Amino acid sequence: MMWLVGSILLTSLAGVPGLFYRREGSGGERFACGLILAGCGSGLIAVALTLLSDNVIQFAIPWSMPGGVLALRLDAITAAFLLPLFLVVATGAVYGLGYWPQHNNPGNGRNLRLFYGLISGAMILLLSARNGVLFLMAWEIMALAGFFLIITEEHKEEVRRAGFIYLIATHTGTLALFALFALLGHNSESLLFPDMGTLPAAGSSLIFLLGLFGFGMKAGLMPMHIWLPGAHAAAPSHASALLSGIMIKTGIYGLVRMTSFFTEIPAWWGWTLLILGAISGIFGVALAIAQHDIKRLLAYHSVENIGIITLGLGLALLGRSYNQPALVLLGLSGCLLHVVNHALFKSLLFLSAGSVIHAVGSREIDHFGGLLKRQRWTGLYFLGGAVAISGLPPFNGFVSEWLIYLGAFQPIHHPGSSLSFALLTAPALAVIGVLALACFVKIFGISFLGEPRSSGAAKAHEAPRTMLWPMGFLLLACIWIGLLPTSLRPLLERAATDWSGNLTLPKLTGNLAPLSAISVAGWLVLGLLLFIGWLLHRQSAQASRDIGTWGCGYQFPAMRMQYTSSSFADSLVRLFRFGLWSKRHGGQVRGLFPGREEFSSHTPDLVLDRALTPAFTGLAWLFRWLRSLIQNGIAAIYLLYIALTLIVLLTLLLR
Amino acid sequence: MANLLLITVILINFFTLGSARLVACIRAVAVQGALLSLLPLVAHGMSGHALILGTGALIFKGILIPWLLLRAIREARIRREVEPYIGFVATLVLGALVTAGAFIFADFLPLAQEHHEGLFVPAALATMFSGFLLLITRRKAITQVLGYLMLENGIFIFSVLLSVAIPLMVEAGILLDLLVSVFVMGIVLNQINREFSTLNTERLTALKE
Repeated sequence: MMWLVGSILLTSLAGVPGLFYRREGSGGERFACGLILAGCGSGLIAVALTLLSDNVIQFAIPWSMPGGVLALRLDAITAAFLLPLFLVVATGAVYGLGYWPQHNNPGNGRNLRLFYGLISGAMILLLSARNGVLFLMAWEIMALAGFFLIITEEHKEEVRRAGFIYLIATHTGTLALFALFALLGHNSESLLFPDMGTLPAAGSSLIFLLGLFGFGMKAGLMPMHIWLPGAHAAAPSHASALLSGIMIKTGIYGLVRMTSFFTEIPAWWGWTLLILGAISGIFGVALAIAQHDIKRLLAYHSVENIGIITLGLGLALLGRSYNQPALVLLGLSGCLLHVVNHALFKSLLFLSAGSVIHAVGSREIDHFGGLLKRQRWTGLYFLGGAVAISGLPPFNGFVSEWLIYLGAFQPIHHPGSSLSFALLTAPALAVIGVLALACFVKIFGISFLGEPRSSGAAKAHEAPRTMLWPMGFLLLACIWIGLLPTSLRPLLERAATDWSGNLTLPKLTGNLAPLSAISVAGWLVLGLLLFIGWLLHRQSAQASRDIGTWGCGYQFPAMRMQYTSSSFADSLVRLFRFGLWSKRHGGQVRGLFPGREEFSSHTPDLVLDRALTPAFTGLAWLFRWLRSLIQNGIAAIYLLYIALTLIVLLTLLLR
Repeated sequence: MANLLLITVILINFFTLGSARLVACIRAVAVQGALLSLLPLVAHGMSGHALILGTGALIFKGILIPWLLLRAIREARIRREVEPYIGFVATLVLGALVTAGAFIFADFLPLAQEHHEGLFVPAALATMFSGFLLLITRRKAITQVLGYLMLENGIFIFSVLLSVAIPLMVEAGILLDLLVSVFVMGIVLNQINREFSTLNTERLTALKE
């Protein structure tokens, strides 16, 4: 327990000593980074102790807060979320030393480190809290610290806008959570979390819907994802990595934890999650393909991956409704493993994107190009992350998606029941995977291959070592899960057993989920890749060095002859025209000797820009009109209001 | 006898609602106040309490305040209420409806048994509503003061019903309150008149945020 509390205190207070250092000095940032590393280390010890011994860490001390008890508990589900948290927080803190050094950012560097530490501590507290009040407090601290991380560069208009949208969204979600915990407390007569599988499912539809809204808002499920792209694009890269890798997972954690309370699960819960997951996955990746801003693109991929995680959770819920232990095990372990994996590879991608942005000075993909020659290591790390997020072996993304695939094929063994519709999860996952691969081919090809498209890209330089090492560490973690997935098997099995209440689950081995076969295949693929790479390298060593890539027979290729991000994605974006409604300008060639033509495309967000902004603008107009109508300044009308109120009150009294 | 008084009071309500001449309106309200000062004596017989109440009401409502108002309009040199928010006939019709409503409404009120018969409660409600109508529909500040006075008269009728229960101090307080508020309104009237050289309140609309 001491280790867990120590890690909460160390990380959340990491930025405080830095406040006492001079603005221009750099002592504070080393100190803060050291504190965060110490906190993460002690947290990892706590997680390791839980995993190695079979008992869970828990304690509770009374608290003067009404309804509140300082109850913490570290079980397998919490551990599955804490494990990536510590890795990402630690690597992000080291990365921040090179990416956001204090002497370059005297104005906001200390704020950034203060809130970076605070949000990390709040998330550890949130994941281990076992009391509604404590949970909500940690949730709110996390939400506010996230807001301050997002508006680090508050002098920019778009950053402030993103921050406000985030603040509105997160507080709307919190409102639902307040109602949720009030109802839960009402049902179980205490604000302590009920034990696993103790609440009756009857009458809990409202609880589920509130939780789906509140937690889904934080997680960024598709109709509720409005805050996510802007916020992740606006924050500094290592903060985006933390927000996208870990913070949105607290929403998933909430859903997993909440559904574990109930004895039985109505089938429509699982179906709802499956449908929402498929929508988030497919439209998230389709929107990602249409983006031109590297961080917005990665942010939409977070929506997509949340969709995949939700698909896993939906399958597990269906497994509980239909009493299918194998489905529960595969769905939930796929969901949790993808949580871990997405945290790792998404932060790797955000960190390497940050390294590119650091070097080029722009977030536009069309300003990059040819970076692999100038940023060899960054390019390698980005490629690793891209392969992992596309769900290809031998990286970790493959393992978790494969578990969800296996879950999606489970209904084959039970033909005839309505569960067979869950088979449709598999094609949805396939569409998501293919589109993600296309998207990362686009972004890797345009950013790292070809010729530089701007002077910034031509003058790009490799990132400092403090930024490269964290990325390398994350890539190693991705490879570790990809090659040795069996090492996480006990954690996943324990989490699934904890979650599913009184169902007895099979083991994650053998015919059900041949993890060791995956491991062997992964080693083979890796060996093959290394061999081919070695062959190619040997051959290319003899080639001359000064020839541009892929000249296509042109003698003097110019950088404008390359695909842009719009044109590369155009065919796929047009496929999804029905849902994306991209705006296209130009691109028509007229006449025999056409003149100069321009083509550009732009895809506004489906929900935020197309639906919510117009709707709320209309509402604001309506209310302004109503106010000027009601509050018109004529004293006689005000008197009439008083008279009417009196009459209404009197009639109410007499009724 | 009491019912006769009350019916006269209601008729005066109608007269005030339908009349455009300010002097006539002020006199009508003065007469209403004077009639009401008889009401405690009629309702409760000759007693010290009733006598003090009646005298106070007569002095304030029947004499002092009307005299103040008449002086105010003489100085502001206005005679008529022109173009009210709602026309005079419409106000009269509304007044009739409101009075009918007051009679119906009074039947539903959970009153003590001895209060159910007389016209006290419906007359009080009708006078209050008519005062409110006057406040709402007129533009001139002076007519709004009249509306306020009439509202007070309605409350007075109610209080006569309870004057056995209400101590004298409260009655005196109500009357004093009335006088002070009329004074305040007088000052406001003076200011409006000086600023805009009219007594219309609609210019005050500019004060909204």
